[in-house]
Amino acid sequence: MTQFRLNGRSVTLTTPDDTPLLWAIRDEVGLTGTKFGCGIGACGACTVHVDGQAVRSCVTPVGSMAGLSVTTIEGLDPAGRHPVQQAWIETQAPQCGYCQSGQIMQAAALLKETPAPTDDQIVAAMEGNLCRCMAYVRIKRAIKLAASRTSAGRTSARQGAKA
Amino acid sequence: MNTIAGPSPVGLSRRGLLISMTAAGAAFTLTSPTDAATGVYEPTIWYSIDRSGAVTVHIIRAEMGQHVGTAIARIVADELEADWAKVKIDHVDSDPRWGLMVTGGSWSVWQSYPLYSQAAAAGRIALVEAGAKALGVPAASCVARDGAIVAGAKSISYGDIVARGGLPSGYTAEALAKMPVKDATQRRLVGRPVIARDIPAKTNGQGLYGLDAKVPGMVYARPRLPPTRYGASVTAIDESEARKIPGYLRAIALDDPSGTAPGVVMVYAESFVAADRAAEALKVTWKPGDTATVSEADLQARARTLIADKAGGGLVVDDPGVDAAFAAAGTTLERTYTTATALHFQLEPVNALAFEKDGVFEIHTGNQWQSLVLPWLAKALGRDEKTIVLRTYLLGGGFGRRLNGDYAVVAALASKAIGGKPVKVVWTRPDDTRFDSPRSPSVQVVRAALGAGGRITAMDHACCAGWPTQAMAPFFMPNGKNGVAYDPFAISGADHWYNVGAQRVRAIRNDLANRAFRPGWLRSVGPGFTNWAVECFMDEAALAAKADPVAFRLKMLDARGRNAGSSPNAVGGAARQAAVLRRLASKAGWGGALPKNTGLGVATTFGQERDMPTWVACAARVAVDSATGAVKVEKLTLVVDCGIVVDPDGALAQMEGAALWGLSLALKEGSAFEGGQPRDLNLDGYTPLRMSDVPDLDIEFVKSDHVPVGLGEPATTVVGPAIGNAIFNAVGARVRDLPIRPDAVKAALPA
Repeated sequence: MTQFRLNGRSVTLTTPDDTPLLWAIRDEVGLTGTKFGCGIGACGACTVHVDGQAVRSCVTPVGSMAGLSVTTIEGLDPAGRHPVQQAWIETQAPQCGYCQSGQIMQAAALLKETPAPTDDQIVAAMEGNLCRCMAYVRIKRAIKLAASRTSAGRTSARQGAKA
Repeated sequence: MNTIAGPSPVGLSRRGLLISMTAAGAAFTLTSPTDAATGVYEPTIWYSIDRSGAVTVHIIRAEMGQHVGTAIARIVADELEADWAKVKIDHVDSDPRWGLMVTGGSWSVWQSYPLYSQAAAAGRIALVEAGAKALGVPAASCVARDGAIVAGAKSISYGDIVARGGLPSGYTAEALAKMPVKDATQRRLVGRPVIARDIPAKTNGQGLYGLDAKVPGMVYARPRLPPTRYGASVTAIDESEARKIPGYLRAIALDDPSGTAPGVVMVYAESFVAADRAAEALKVTWKPGDTATVSEADLQARARTLIADKAGGGLVVDDPGVDAAFAAAGTTLERTYTTATALHFQLEPVNALAFEKDGVFEIHTGNQWQSLVLPWLAKALGRDEKTIVLRTYLLGGGFGRRLNGDYAVVAALASKAIGGKPVKVVWTRPDDTRFDSPRSPSVQVVRAALGAGGRITAMDHACCAGWPTQAMAPFFMPNGKNGVAYDPFAISGADHWYNVGAQRVRAIRNDLANRAFRPGWLRSVGPGFTNWAVECFMDEAALAAKADPVAFRLKMLDARGRNAGSSPNAVGGAARQAAVLRRLASKAGWGGALPKNTGLGVATTFGQERDMPTWVACAARVAVDSATGAVKVEKLTLVVDCGIVVDPDGALAQMEGAALWGLSLALKEGSAFEGGQPRDLNLDGYTPLRMSDVPDLDIEFVKSDHVPVGLGEPATTVVGPAIGNAIFNAVGARVRDLPIRPDAVKAALPA
């Protein structure tokens, strides 16, 4: 039995501790936005946030989540309007879309840590997320768009504070 | 839809067959009267309008990343003059009334454009007439616009017209074919940017893929796959270790009367994790089929043997005078090209939920060719196809993998084996790879006779590969000029638009490949390997003729004889291919100076098929490390003429993805058979392109008012040979085997 926070709510799962977090979220909780791709942490489709860090849920035992806070694509923003999600829509980044929950979670974690990433920082952060449709051009563009807005937002907030 | 399982009617081309099946499917349900009870108006089966004015467009194509629903819905909305904000997309379940259900071949827009625009024109005309009557004005004074009929200051919405009833329907196929479709200058949605309707749900976790399908009370299962794709039988199952896994239910050796997937053992459990672990713990003994030791080298060797037999295979092109031209030629050139086994590796492993309910067998899964799998399901389950339905979901990648619905058959059998109870069958990634229908390895021998001025006077192209169409849809195989049936998808591309004098194209089935695995249609299918040979060879022939590779090609793209093109799909013929090549050469700076060990290479193709050519050309700029042979692609420039661009942003996305697929297949992918199985089962061995490998992309669409053709695949066909040619131009190393490995480049460097 494991108790942790999932998308802001406390959950208690009776699934065995060694069950991968991915399948606990999908099959026991019923949130299916997090996807199964490779099962070895090499494609990134299953990426969620654990205490704000991007984590591959397919190789993370649910038992290790005790007391931690897990966020899935469904919980990234209550209305699905996180700046990264909005940028994804505006750039029409998704093709089949299957990897995109993971891509978005990875990108959101990157921007939280590095609000204005360089191209190299974007590539380094996203290299572990496979997009089989190869929508990489737009994924990169979307990250830059989201970054420009969030850093612009911060800049204007700072300017507002000064005024 | 039994019609598609029958033999191809004599004299009908494959594409002709496809079109006639589509029309036949629609013909008997064209009459769809307004439903007085619901007030929904259905001018034809393809869309309906309700009393609120909402237009629902029925989409029979699978959504797998191409935003096909948006592309087709806007064809309807434009022609119908509907309010785009009120247009809804409905991806339908399988039903005989839809006719042939297949999503592949880059056919969707090409096939849908006339069908849906004519249906929408019928609706528009009906609404104008009814609207005029309601407004008490002559129809000639009315204009349809944004979901309303307007006459001066008066107007009435489509919803209100529908509510009044009395609209005509029951159009015959002939009547629809004559419907006046709007002039290109009157288009308001086609060709304009819109946000694809499927995208928001793909950013918030709400989109439902096959893997997300569930029903109350379902159990989970994972298959244990036999050591050979065919011919294996289960001899013993030992559950002792599996029983120790909590949640394990049972294991059953499935009996498959359809022969789709023999020798599978299904492992049932209360959760997927338990099924996965129990499957690992279960001990199964099989008697393998006779391909248990087949290797990549065996497959290639068999291909070489078959090619050497000049009498083998189907003759796709067989001009008189080929051998005489070779005998008379001063110079001849012969080269052999190969491509290795390549995997689909669509990111969502195949899966399906199946159960029987109220006398109907339901299969919930993402699928590209419902009409193909339904007869397999009927045979496997021993029931009428009419009592089987495929429920539609998003596809976590298609790329041709889900044209082959073998996984749906396995899931259906898994449910049948437990009395029709709901079971969700999920393949793990290694299971998916082992169960893939990979792109067959290929061997191609290309010969040319060179005459005066270095012009090709004859060309002979033999291509041997496993044939997916024979394995799965043999009724789609036309007969060659010598009466021998061949897989058109596995040779298309070799029948190019260059004028090369007397030409022979021979398609040869690799029988060992067809026995050892289930060859698949992989994004672009044959053109993905035939053009590797044709376009590398053109550069080699240009070299032999001491000609510039672009000028050499342009001279042969003279649009004469059979390459003159035809209406409606190939207007202009090779002249349009020459135009994209010229534009490419100028755009990419062909002939300009480049740094040491950097080269520019070109390739051009007609995309998929001569019947619906998408003219495309690519220039690859590569830098080669001559010490290691490592190749870095710096930039890909592409020019394409696909006719009318219905969905500009979606079209660009398809070109971007397809071009990167071409790059990935050229440098990053390619596996091998070992012991009768694909060697690389997961991402630790199979390494598709990642973000760091993405070069600069510069893609241009030629403005065109010709019939819209396909875009999902064409770009995959040009990138590999452009890279191969660029490597030669950079460092003088000619590579002929795909994927291109650094060792091969190093070995081919001039001494």
